[in-house]
Amino acid sequence: MNFPKDLNYSKEHEWTKAKDGYALVGITDYAQDKLGSIVFVELPVAGKNFKKGDVLVTVDSVKAVAEVYAPVSGQVEEINESLRDNPELINRDAYGQGWMVKLKMDDPSELSSLLSSEAYQAFVAQEEAKG
Amino acid sequence: MRYIPNAENDWGEMLQAIGFKRLEDLINILPEPLRLKEALDLPSPLAEMELVQHLLSLSEGKKMISFLGAGAYDHFIPAVVDHVLRKSEFYTAYTPYQPEVSQGTLQAIFEFQTLICQLTGMEVANASVYDGASAVAEGVLMAQRLKGRKKCFLARSVHPESRIVTRTYTHPWALELKEIPYTAEGSTDLNALRNQIDGETSAVVLQQPNFFGCLEDLEEAAAIAHAQGALLIVAVVEPLSLALLQPPGLLGADIVVGEGQSFGNALSFGGPYVGFFASKESFLRAMPGRLVGETVDREGRRGFVLAVATREQHIRREKATSNICTNQALCALAVLVYLATLGKEGLKELARINFSKCEYAKKRLGELGRLRFSGPTFNEFVVTLDQDPQFILPKLLQQGIIGGFPLKKFYPEMEREVLVCITEKNSRENIDRWVEVLGNVLKEAK
Repeated sequence: MNFPKDLNYSKEHEWTKAKDGYALVGITDYAQDKLGSIVFVELPVAGKNFKKGDVLVTVDSVKAVAEVYAPVSGQVEEINESLRDNPELINRDAYGQGWMVKLKMDDPSELSSLLSSEAYQAFVAQEEAKG
Repeated sequence: MRYIPNAENDWGEMLQAIGFKRLEDLINILPEPLRLKEALDLPSPLAEMELVQHLLSLSEGKKMISFLGAGAYDHFIPAVVDHVLRKSEFYTAYTPYQPEVSQGTLQAIFEFQTLICQLTGMEVANASVYDGASAVAEGVLMAQRLKGRKKCFLARSVHPESRIVTRTYTHPWALELKEIPYTAEGSTDLNALRNQIDGETSAVVLQQPNFFGCLEDLEEAAAIAHAQGALLIVAVVEPLSLALLQPPGLLGADIVVGEGQSFGNALSFGGPYVGFFASKESFLRAMPGRLVGETVDREGRRGFVLAVATREQHIRREKATSNICTNQALCALAVLVYLATLGKEGLKELARINFSKCEYAKKRLGELGRLRFSGPTFNEFVVTLDQDPQFILPKLLQQGIIGGFPLKKFYPEMEREVLVCITEKNSRENIDRWVEVLGNVLKEAK
């Protein structure tokens, strides 16, 4: 299981990569592993505003449907169009080609409420221990 | 239909196999005086429907002639439909969750979906829904899901029960359901729609042919809806019309829903019937209900499975596209067997017969100046009587004629109007008799 150091994580299993007021958002390696083969991704339209915690993306795997929540508030700057035809990119490369949405952050200080790589890894270990 | 066909070639081959040249050689051993020289003294052969009607005419009990339509259509059902339905593999089967033991049911549903797509001109159809009315309601909800807008226009010429069901069904969503009036020709007033529609509208719902039997200008309606970013939903209550009319999908419809009873399902006092639901492939994930898809197994053989089930209630819970995740499998099977029995040409021919007979009835009544609307129709039309149908229709009934459906129940402004339906089951003699009896009854009532 991969937990890159340069990312922020949420307890809902989203990752955020912040740079110059923008944030790339996706789901973690752990999340994609739990969902199994992803077959469809419903992405938001560019320009739409989301508050932290709003449903940003919906992901269909062969056995479940999961909501991806906005880890920070912001406006959709760009979406990963290649996921429409190749949703399996999320399974293959969750932190790279599997990115979902680029948000223009309303308030970058919201990032401080997210978890570090170590904290998220500990959280996942705790979740796993619960079974 | 010939279930035991013997072509001339077959006769020749069979005779050859037993060493004869002609049939006469085979029966030569019979003494000459015992042989029948002329043809059997039998009436000319009858088609299946004619034979059934003949046998019914020999039976006891009161015979009625019916001119009722209004959403339920009295078409002849070939015996083969019930024969297939009564196969226990079909009528005892439950939800085909396990494809390895449900290929027959899944293939039947897949073929039903395919035929609905072909008839409606759409790209995807689901495994069926409860009935035509709930199909309209599901269409309205789907448009709202796709557009995130609360307003929806339903033409007044959409079946009143579809509109009532839509109102009930969508109540928790607090949608703004608006009506569009009809014109003197009997079609939807598209100018009124154009004036009222706005950017808050998710969909426009029209019925084709509409409740008065008249045809709608779907192309124009689609243009008006699309100009505001709204969807056009077309409801088809008499799907036999699709064999003669342009498919709604080719005229700009985004969602085509309807009632499939016309195809192989008996009137049965109003149910169970079978709704169909078709749309564009890009809207697939927003569609309600169950879908069967075609695939291959690990050895590359063609097979069928339930597909895109993650939209359904047993997986998505309260976020499902519909809280009904079942279908009308047996009624949909009746539709499939009926359509496969008639075939493409047979269905077209049947549609033409319905249209022609209806035109004949319209001509007879038109001579009496009784047609309410001037617009083109398929197999239904509205007649205006001089008196309240409440007094006239029971008098027809006494003479064995169910004369039509009084419209006042749903349209208070139509105090003297009756909706009349003509199918292949109404012979020319019956139509003439109905016109004559109606004329007499109206004269007496004066």
